[in-house]
Amino acid sequence: MAAGAEHSAVRDAVIDAFARRHRLHPLEALPWLIAVAAYFALPGYLSLGAQILATILFVLSADLVLGYAGIVTLGHAAFFGTGAYVAGILAANGWGEPISGLIAAALIAGLVGFLSGLIILRTTGLALLMQTLVVATTLYEAANKAGRWTGGDDGLQGMQVWPIFGLFRFDMFGRVAYAYCLIVLFLGWLVARRIVHSPFGRALIGARENTARMHAIGAPVARRRLVIYTIAAALAGASGALIAQTTSFVGLTSLSLERSGNALIMLIIGGVGRLYGAFIGVPVFMIAQDRFSSIDPVYWYFWLGLLMIAVVVFARGGLLGLIERLRP
Amino acid sequence: MGGNSLHGVTDAIVSIGFHGLAFAMVLYLISVGLSVTMGLMGFVNLAHGVFAMLGGYVMIRLMNRYGVPFLPALAAAAIAAALASIPLERLLYRRFYGGEELDQVLLTMGLIFMSVAGATFVCGPLTQQMEPPRWLSGQVDLGFRHFPAYRSFLILCGAGLVTALWLGLERTRFGAQIRAAVDNLRMAQSVGINTSRLFMLTFALGSGLAGLGGGLGADLLAISPSYALQYLVYFIIVVAVGGLGSIRGPFFAALLIGIGDTGFKYLLPEFGAFFIYALTMALLLWRPQGLFGRA
Repeated sequence: MAAGAEHSAVRDAVIDAFARRHRLHPLEALPWLIAVAAYFALPGYLSLGAQILATILFVLSADLVLGYAGIVTLGHAAFFGTGAYVAGILAANGWGEPISGLIAAALIAGLVGFLSGLIILRTTGLALLMQTLVVATTLYEAANKAGRWTGGDDGLQGMQVWPIFGLFRFDMFGRVAYAYCLIVLFLGWLVARRIVHSPFGRALIGARENTARMHAIGAPVARRRLVIYTIAAALAGASGALIAQTTSFVGLTSLSLERSGNALIMLIIGGVGRLYGAFIGVPVFMIAQDRFSSIDPVYWYFWLGLLMIAVVVFARGGLLGLIERLRP
Repeated sequence: MGGNSLHGVTDAIVSIGFHGLAFAMVLYLISVGLSVTMGLMGFVNLAHGVFAMLGGYVMIRLMNRYGVPFLPALAAAAIAAALASIPLERLLYRRFYGGEELDQVLLTMGLIFMSVAGATFVCGPLTQQMEPPRWLSGQVDLGFRHFPAYRSFLILCGAGLVTALWLGLERTRFGAQIRAAVDNLRMAQSVGINTSRLFMLTFALGSGLAGLGGGLGADLLAISPSYALQYLVYFIIVVAVGGLGSIRGPFFAALLIGIGDTGFKYLLPEFGAFFIYALTMALLLWRPQGLFGRA
């Protein structure tokens, strides 16, 4: 009898733990409170703030691919850049309505993610790493050659972005841009959070931890990886559209290996596979970049490289990992 | 007229073959070490191009600033790259052998960034001009055609090194140890091969070859601070297509990529690079383990 009671107590605890994991933790409100507070407290930095918020969405989407599905990608900028160019080309050719531009960018980036994922996700390991790099490099070359549409090396200029809902014009202080990015990021975060706590998300983690075993229990691993790859691509596209619309400029660097690499760096600084890594890594990275790279871009790269090596060698799990380790 | 256009076609083919071969030699010299690092140590070394860049800088610097003759400067390039790789291997790389790809990718991206900053700091942001020595400038006459002397030397030099490398791998004790470790690492360890030392020496050899390739190929792959990032795709493609851990595979992959890239860029300059990427994707879909890799 005692053994049975103990057993059911353990079972209840496990069920309780599973149930509690989905519930919103009070700490999860913190990033949003800080973001809203920053709007009022730092009116001079709202343009940078909007960039940070949009980039958080990009890195969050990278976390879905890398942290949850375990796909090491060197080409996530492919989707960011696609979204940026879609929104940019629409706005430069007479359709400056931001919301529909954002949705179009997300859809087309998702489509690119789906089609490229269909091809490349059959492979694993180095071949997959390679393929992600090749997809992004191919798009980069395409954007470079299609100068008539993309402006090539000079970047896409002449974007006319209309006011949101015809009411809120993008102002030079970045107030509207900040609010716009914050709302889109919040929606993106809701999607991402819902996904990672769903059975689908748990199955992804299962496939990441032990692919053979997930195959063995009959889980459709390939289909799930493709689905998350597509969703992440759409979110990355939305992030690209945000940056394009709020800065009225799209450059070739939006498709570059450097941007894909930077996403990985920001994610690893914050912490991979934790959903909130992006919320910590991106502000730390971008504020540091804003401070130091204006002084000397060369030194910035040196210290950035050193920081990456230090994180990999000493601080696996990034800042969030360090916090977890410090907590009793 | 017919004879003329036929002559033109032959001329184009010979020209593509020649320059493609020279490019292939450079690609192979740089990438072979990467293939071994990935196959033998299980390490995705994105920073491999850094050693090639180092070789290029050392060679050009010695020649232009200190007036060192070409051949000694080239040797110095290889030695410098090999020596620089040893402390990195002992201190950093070794901890991550066979580990998670993400760690390796981030670690080596960090090294690339530091190399960009370091190269800019020491030599400035501009591309380094490589002047071939006088005895290699101009053309050589091969009877039916003239060829640029430096590229001809490049091809001969590459062919000689490839032969030496393959013979060394087949005939020497060290080569046998590498082959054993690639075939079955644990078995190699249990028959008493010091694999840690083997890894270090192989890594240094691969980096030295990359330094040599970077120096020799400085007029094909221009030496600038962003070298390691700019040409990374080429090196990775050669290794991925050739097959990990293979010594011969990357050679055929380099031939394919070198000649293909040169040819397509010559025939269709607008779409040059696309063919290589499309070809790479097709090949990797057909054989994800590479042409000569084992499944």
